[in-house]
Amino acid sequence: MSEQARPKVAVHKFSSCDGCQLALLNMGDDLLALSQLVDIVHFAEAGPVDEEQEVDIALVEGSISTPEDIERINGIRQRSKYLISIGACATSGGLQALRNMADTDNWVRSVYPRPDYLSVLDQSSPIADLVQVDLELWGCPVNSGQVIAALRDLLSGVTPRVDVQPVCMECKRQGVVCVMVSRNEPCMGQITRAGCGALCPSHGRGCYACYGPAEQVNSRAVSEHFIEIEVPVEEIRVKFGSINSNAPAFKRARDS
Amino acid sequence: MNQEQKFLPRHDLDRLLQQLKEESYNCLGPVVRDGAIQYLPITDSSDLPAGVELDQVPAAYQLEFTDGDRLFNWSNGPQALKPLLFRPRENIWQVQRDSSGNLAFSQADESVEPTAVIGVRACDLAALELQDRHFLVPGAEDPHYKKRRDSLLLIGVDCSQPSDTCFCVSTGDGPDLRSGFDLAMTELEDGFVLRAGTKRGQKILDALNLSAATETQLQQVAIQSEQATARQRRLLPDAGVQKLLLQRPEHPHWQNVAERCTACGSCTSVCPTCFCFSEHSETNLDASVSQQVREWSSCFIPNHSNSHGHPVRADIASRYRQWLTHKLAGWQEQFGRSGCVGCGRCISWCPVGIDITQEVNKLVEDTG
Repeated sequence: MSEQARPKVAVHKFSSCDGCQLALLNMGDDLLALSQLVDIVHFAEAGPVDEEQEVDIALVEGSISTPEDIERINGIRQRSKYLISIGACATSGGLQALRNMADTDNWVRSVYPRPDYLSVLDQSSPIADLVQVDLELWGCPVNSGQVIAALRDLLSGVTPRVDVQPVCMECKRQGVVCVMVSRNEPCMGQITRAGCGALCPSHGRGCYACYGPAEQVNSRAVSEHFIEIEVPVEEIRVKFGSINSNAPAFKRARDS
Repeated sequence: MNQEQKFLPRHDLDRLLQQLKEESYNCLGPVVRDGAIQYLPITDSSDLPAGVELDQVPAAYQLEFTDGDRLFNWSNGPQALKPLLFRPRENIWQVQRDSSGNLAFSQADESVEPTAVIGVRACDLAALELQDRHFLVPGAEDPHYKKRRDSLLLIGVDCSQPSDTCFCVSTGDGPDLRSGFDLAMTELEDGFVLRAGTKRGQKILDALNLSAATETQLQQVAIQSEQATARQRRLLPDAGVQKLLLQRPEHPHWQNVAERCTACGSCTSVCPTCFCFSEHSETNLDASVSQQVREWSSCFIPNHSNSHGHPVRADIASRYRQWLTHKLAGWQEQFGRSGCVGCGRCISWCPVGIDITQEVNKLVEDTG
C-alpha cells in the first residue's frame, strides 16, 4: 500500500463494549498522525459514518451475534482489501460468548419483558468463524500500540509482527516477581498471549487471560498446579471460561 | 594478589559502602522488594535484608523475616547479574529520516556509570563468566554488554544458606566464591572476613585499613563453608554423563516432561547463563524514526525456531529437549563446560515446579 495514495480505513463495530475503539481514540498525537496518513472513512465512535465505502484496511471490533451481523460482516469483507479483527469479542467471541454454554432462549426470556423484539443467534462467534480474517489483534481491550504497529507495518508494505509468546516472557523482561511462585496467586500468564505489558502481574495480581491463549496451551499442567496450590475447581473453570471462554484452547480446557 | 584476609566488624559495614561512594561507584545490593531479593540501588547498610531468610522449593519462593542480624542469610533472588548486563530489552540502534528523506543511522548510546554490586554469589559469578564468553568474543564484542561489564565492580559474599533448590556443589561452582570477584566477603555473626580478588578490590581493602582476620574467624569461615556444602542435596550428573542427552533424542521421558511443562519460558529467563535474544524494529507511525529493539528470547517460544515462517520445534517436548541438550551437552563443546551453574532458579521459578536435576537423572538413567 503506497503512502501517496492515502489508503482508506474503516472501523466497524459488532457486539462489543466499544473499548477497542477507545484504544484507537486513546492514541493521542498518533491519531492526528494517522489522520495524515490514511483517510478514515468510517469510524462511528469518532464521527465519520460511511459503512458502504470500499476500503484498504478494515478494523473490526465485536462478535457476530445476530442474523443481521452475518449479512453485515459479509458485506464488509467484500468491500475490504485487508481485514483486521481487534479485541477479544472479534477474535474469540468475547464475554458474551458465555451464552454459548447456556440456553440462549432461556436467557432472553428471563431478562427481557418482550423477547419477541429480539433476534439473536444461538452463539456469539469470532469474526474469523464467518469470513476470512487477515490479521487478529487479541486483547480485552487491544492497546493502541498494537494497532499502531500493525497499521504502520501495513503502510510500509510488510507483514505485521504477531506476538504469540506467553505473558511470563513479558513479566521476566520487566523484572516482575512471579506472583504465583512468590505469593501463590493463581496466574494464567503461562498460557496467555503477551501484549498487555504484564499489566496485572506487575500490580501483584494473577493474569486473567485477557489476551487469549498463547501458542502452546498445556491447560492440564496449569490446572493440576492450580489444584496443588489449592485453587477451588470451580474457580479454575472460571479462569478458562471468562473473557476468552470461546477460544478453542480454553474451551477444550474448560470442557475437560 | 595479596591473599591476606581482613576482618570488618558488622557495625563498620557502612565504611565499605562509604569507600565505594568515595571512589564514585553507584552501589547495588540485595534489597527485599515484591517478596523477593533483588539487586537494587542502596544508600547504606540499613537497606540490606537484615534477618531475612529464604525458603525455596520447586515452584515456591518464600521469604522469612527473623530478628537476626545477618544480611546475607539467604541463597539468591529471581535474577542473577544477567539483567544488569544483558538487558531484557534495549534499543541497540536507530534510524531517522529527515525532511528530505535521507536516512541517518546511529548506535544507541546509553551512559554508563561505575557500579558496584554487593552480595554477588558464586553461582552468579560462574554464570557471568559464561555470559562474558558469549558476549565478549575477542574481535566481536557486543558493545552494549561490554560497556556495562567494564563499569562493574563485584563484591561477592560466600553463600552460607543454600536453598533446597541449590546444587552449585554438584556443578563445582559454589557455595564459596572461586573467581571473578573484586572483593569477597564471608559473613560471620559479628562481621565480615574480606579478601581481595583483583587490584581494584585490594585498593578498596587497603583503604579500609582493617586488622587481619583471627585464626578463630578463619576457622568459622571454614566450618560455615562445610555446612553450606553439606546442606545441598540435589545432584546433577557429571559432564560426561550429561553428554548422553545428545544420544537420546527419542527418550520417552522428553514427552513425560512435555506433559507437565507449559512452555512459558520462565526457566530460560531466570537462567543466568541463557543468552538467546531476538531483534525487531519498532517504527513510529509517520515512519520518521525506527528503533532496533533487542529482547530476551527463549527456546520455548514459537518464533525461536522459526524457519520459513514455521517453527522447526513445534511441540513442547522438542523445545524442552532443545533447552536441556544445549544447556548441558551442547555448551560443553561451545564453552568447554556445561551451561548450568547450579543456582536452582529454573526449579523455584518454574510456575509448575519442574526440577532440572530430576529430569536429567531420569534421562541419563541406565548409563550402562
